[in-house]
Amino acid sequence: MSSEVKLTETFVEKPRTLAELRGDLTEGRTRATDLAAGYYDRISQVNPRLNVYLSLTKERALAQAARIDDLAAKGDPLPALAGVPMGIKDVLVMQGAPATAGSKILEGYLPPYDATSVARLEAAGAVLLGKINCDEFAMGGSNENSAYGPVRNPVDTDRVPGGSSGGSAAAVAANMAVATLGSDTGGSIRQPASFCGVVGVLPTYGRVSRYGLIAFASSLDRVGPFAANVRDAATLLGVIAGHDPKDATSSSVPVPEYAAESDKGVEGLRIGVPAEYFGEGLDSEVRAAIEKGIDTLKAAGCSVKPVSLPNTKYAVPTYYLLATAEASANLARFDGVRYGYRSKDSDTLAAMYSHSRDEGFGAEVERRIMLGTYALSAGYYDAYYLKAQQVRRLLAEEFLRAFNEVDAIVTPTSPVPAFRLGEKTNDPIAMYLADIYTVTASLSGICGVNVPCGATNAGLPVGMQVLAAHWKESTAFRVARAVESTCGGAAPSGGPRQ
Amino acid sequence: MTAKVTVVEVERVAELAHLKLTTVETQDMLRDLNAILEYVAELNELDTTGVEPLAQVSELQNAAGQSVLRADVLQPSLDRATVMAQAPETDQVFFKVPKVIEK
Repeated sequence: MSSEVKLTETFVEKPRTLAELRGDLTEGRTRATDLAAGYYDRISQVNPRLNVYLSLTKERALAQAARIDDLAAKGDPLPALAGVPMGIKDVLVMQGAPATAGSKILEGYLPPYDATSVARLEAAGAVLLGKINCDEFAMGGSNENSAYGPVRNPVDTDRVPGGSSGGSAAAVAANMAVATLGSDTGGSIRQPASFCGVVGVLPTYGRVSRYGLIAFASSLDRVGPFAANVRDAATLLGVIAGHDPKDATSSSVPVPEYAAESDKGVEGLRIGVPAEYFGEGLDSEVRAAIEKGIDTLKAAGCSVKPVSLPNTKYAVPTYYLLATAEASANLARFDGVRYGYRSKDSDTLAAMYSHSRDEGFGAEVERRIMLGTYALSAGYYDAYYLKAQQVRRLLAEEFLRAFNEVDAIVTPTSPVPAFRLGEKTNDPIAMYLADIYTVTASLSGICGVNVPCGATNAGLPVGMQVLAAHWKESTAFRVARAVESTCGGAAPSGGPRQ
Repeated sequence: MTAKVTVVEVERVAELAHLKLTTVETQDMLRDLNAILEYVAELNELDTTGVEPLAQVSELQNAAGQSVLRADVLQPSLDRATVMAQAPETDQVFFKVPKVIEK
């Protein structure tokens, strides 16, 4: 990253906090319906340039906002997210709203039910504005794999917002929603949050129900929130977390008061820094920003010590074998029979399957289905799939050992800041390597948070990844709060402002 | 684990995955798969003898949520009309597809 790089066009605007919105609603300074209308205005102004929203759910949003206004008018207690305008990544279903997963193959599909996370947000009073663009079936690190065109990074529209939840990160960065939901399979919440300068949460596997999440790789897929600050992200996680009878992998481990927990300081916490995340390939400006963040933690009373995660370099190949194998099985359901796109004029069932799938899926999705099918096919299963599952255990155990010695581990979220549109599209391996710091937590099931941690000289956001052991989201939030208070802020510093 | 994929194998895998690749797509896929497989062969450096494969993190100590299965009792699901409304082709009772068996 050269310091001559200039930001071209920016749309960064910081949303109000949940506490501010709540104060405005309860004291009658704002109505939820006006707030929603204001967000739809903002979306109509900037969406043509940023391509964040794929569809709007105005009727549903305004009906919900009217309900909140009625409650407020009567002086009734308001639920936790009353009137909060939110967007939903288009891999989570909302009843009656188009669900595309960024793919042509789901063209015309109107889901007959709500995802559990969506239903919980709405039950808590959130106003759901619409469905948000992403890489096709959440496969990608730049949002360039969407069949509906790339999202542009609000910090610099020449650059990608990251992926696959690029739209969910961009929406918060550009104040097209106060908060959003995304999904993270190999880094798809944390990496775009870092590219766009917002907070993104990877909850522990099993913490949030996957019911109604269009599946990519079921042993890795997680649903989590994006927000402009850590405390709001913690509040949102508290709303969507918890056991759901409709997802057998969702856990009944009690859900703490994450927001209140995040208020506790960090003094005395033990922070681990793994050398494996600071080696070759790490941009020097990203490194400097993260080191400054670590100094902040020391100053706040944390003890910082090195931890060793020696198998880190094997995580990307392990991830791509397991994720593609699971994807090849999950995406077998898209066959043109029950919903979505069906190719016309096929004489036989087999031809109808293959034509529908070929016409419906994009190049990266086909590449991953092929790799996964190959890795699972007779004769190769042991060498690839089984081997990768063995390495997965080694990677997970490595983290469990490290968390005996430290409370949290901090790393850069991505080795580089947001790259330019088109920069990596012709090189799948270069694109996969961008996931190098995020796939380890995905494979291990532990939780993490991306928190803004300074910027490059040109003003591109840098994100710190704060990792904590299974079910220790509260610890990750506390550390992220400490970093945010001195190094954070949604708007990067140093770059020209619009 | 460093076996080179051939065109025949790419075609066979495409058939298994019900994907119809053009000649150009087959060539691109051959190039990409070989590059990716060469890259993932790095895993061979690691000795994993005796390591139990990990399919789900809930098998890990500490990571296990108290995930429980619900009682095995019938529960209402989506009704047929709701489901059929999404079908590309239906007679309202069944999904309709092209003929399955060629003459």
